[in-house]
Amino acid sequence: MKSILEANEAAALRKALINGELPDERGRFGPFGGRYVPETLVPAFERLEEGVKKHLHSPEFQAEFQQELREWVGRPTALSRAPRLSERWGTEVWLKREDLAHTGAHKINNAIGQALLAKRLGAERVIAETGAGQHGVASAAACARVGLPCSVYMGVVDIERQAPNVDRMHRLGAEVLPVETGDKTLRAAINEAMREWVSDPAGIYYLLGSAVGAHPYPYLVRELQSVIGTEARQQMLDLAGSLPDVAFACVGGGSNAIGLFYALLADDVELIGVEAGGTGDGLGQNAATLATGTAGVLQGCYSLILQNDDGQVQETHSISAGLDYSGVGPEHALLQAVGRVTYVTASDDEALEALEELCETEGILTALETAHAYAAAKRWSQEHPGKRILICNSGRGDKDMPTLTKYAARTRTHAAA
Amino acid sequence: MQPHESISAAIEAAKAEGRTGLVPFFTAGYPEPAEFLNTLRAIAEVGDVVEIGVPFSDPMADGMTIQRSSFVAIQKGVTLKWIFDQLESIKGEIKIPIVFMSYLNPLLAFGFEALAQRALDTGVCGFIVPDLPFEESGEIRHALEQKGIGLIQLVTPATPAERLKLLARESRGFLYAVTITGITGGDSGLPADLAGYLDSVSEVSTLPVCAGFGIRSAEDIVNVGKHAAGAIVGSALVEVLEQGADPAIFLRQLR
Repeated sequence: MKSILEANEAAALRKALINGELPDERGRFGPFGGRYVPETLVPAFERLEEGVKKHLHSPEFQAEFQQELREWVGRPTALSRAPRLSERWGTEVWLKREDLAHTGAHKINNAIGQALLAKRLGAERVIAETGAGQHGVASAAACARVGLPCSVYMGVVDIERQAPNVDRMHRLGAEVLPVETGDKTLRAAINEAMREWVSDPAGIYYLLGSAVGAHPYPYLVRELQSVIGTEARQQMLDLAGSLPDVAFACVGGGSNAIGLFYALLADDVELIGVEAGGTGDGLGQNAATLATGTAGVLQGCYSLILQNDDGQVQETHSISAGLDYSGVGPEHALLQAVGRVTYVTASDDEALEALEELCETEGILTALETAHAYAAAKRWSQEHPGKRILICNSGRGDKDMPTLTKYAARTRTHAAA
Repeated sequence: MQPHESISAAIEAAKAEGRTGLVPFFTAGYPEPAEFLNTLRAIAEVGDVVEIGVPFSDPMADGMTIQRSSFVAIQKGVTLKWIFDQLESIKGEIKIPIVFMSYLNPLLAFGFEALAQRALDTGVCGFIVPDLPFEESGEIRHALEQKGIGLIQLVTPATPAERLKLLARESRGFLYAVTITGITGGDSGLPADLAGYLDSVSEVSTLPVCAGFGIRSAEDIVNVGKHAAGAIVGSALVEVLEQGADPAIFLRQLR
């Protein structure tokens, strides 16, 4: 199984990506993607794939989905100018405000879409995994909305650092199941959800939260999240008068990033994904999968992963639970391989600084995940003054208060100055 | 005889003796890497085919017992290369066919061509890859077949009839019939409709059928043996090893 592309192959795949021809019928984005799942789940994945083909782009489903996005999620979300931040950076900054979507992050776009699909497919109950808790909250809310019971798997490390979201899930009627195994974060939560699904593949709908996993999830999640970029593109034309020079989004599994980038692939817009640089470059110190990972199979798809020479998947570190993942969506692996999107990293400290700067200048408490995108955008703007920048403000930061309070001693000095 | 045919032959031989073929599974190097070869020798005295688990960081089809054994083995330095090296050091000593159970990623990291060659060199006759559906298995199957090594297919109670036929036809060594809809190590007992399911699997398979998942006792093996040629005992054996008990004594009372 290869991961390096010949030049002519890369050119052809780049064209196919931009034309919206991927994934192919085997769920492949070039060499990446596919479906690596236990035999027990093969029929469930085939049913899901059939269901997606039948419903996702049907007029009935789309009418219902668009109505929910409008009336319940609160779309379209705003595109905000960021005048004070722009002045500081010496660029023109625009923010796509996914933090204003219901439940506070882009995750809800996917959750309500899949919950509606689960209902149509006759699921008895929904399971989901969560890292930062945003997908868990979104799933809990969406399941309440469509009337399906919901269980959310969450690593105990994340339960501690994202405590406010745990309480929100409970209030929205979901059961939160602590995961004590493995790395006790998002990866372990996905494994545990898969194990539960294996026990009842016909009755359970697995509401996966990012553009990762086995086919058709990376495709399904992209389609449901592409509303971010579709709206942002039009709003830039309407409000700014032109498309941005560059667009930034943070990348863990990569759902908000693919949601923003997908509508801009054919445009003359530089696209930059920002991964968690954590505390350093060493294996285990970050979650910079695209920047430092190698090709392998994790949790259902062939993509880039953080692993050692023996093929053991490595633990990651990031201050943000939502980026703290050893894998990445297969479409991002291809976007990097064909050179359409550049992926860079921002460290824990840079993210914390960026979060604070946005609070001060624009009155927006952004999520720690999202703060990574700001940190990279700031660096970029120092090298490219006067350009027009679009940043996906993927979620709000209320959930991060326990972490921010812990780091307060360090960040307070700036605020007091 | 090709390596994968020796697996089938070993199960058929047990059947000819009027026994249910016994396929013990254990995680390599658990609980102690230093004990790996002694454990293997003891198990090989009783089993008809031995299934060695290659530990993986993300065993998504496994229950707590095999998860625990995998994590400990990885922490203690067990790798696929180490397992091959250990087997090479006692080459020819283990008289029953060896099968590896491994998730795909460690095999991918090793390289499929190198994998097939090392398997051939160390007496490994087949592979079970629980996260590799048939549709994605072309490359590794091709590499293994070049050396006569079998890729053993799994079927489950959720497998539709047409797919069951396909998997039965494409399997090598034996056909692995997962008894339950669930992960390994279940203790809720075998399902009530097990007999009908195993009969339907055995009916379409020209290879011997071995049943696995949730098989823990002599009684389970008797029940399974009426409808399948062999029985795989995994988590129950790993628990015996965990307690420091003698695996051969445990396995003998299953036969």
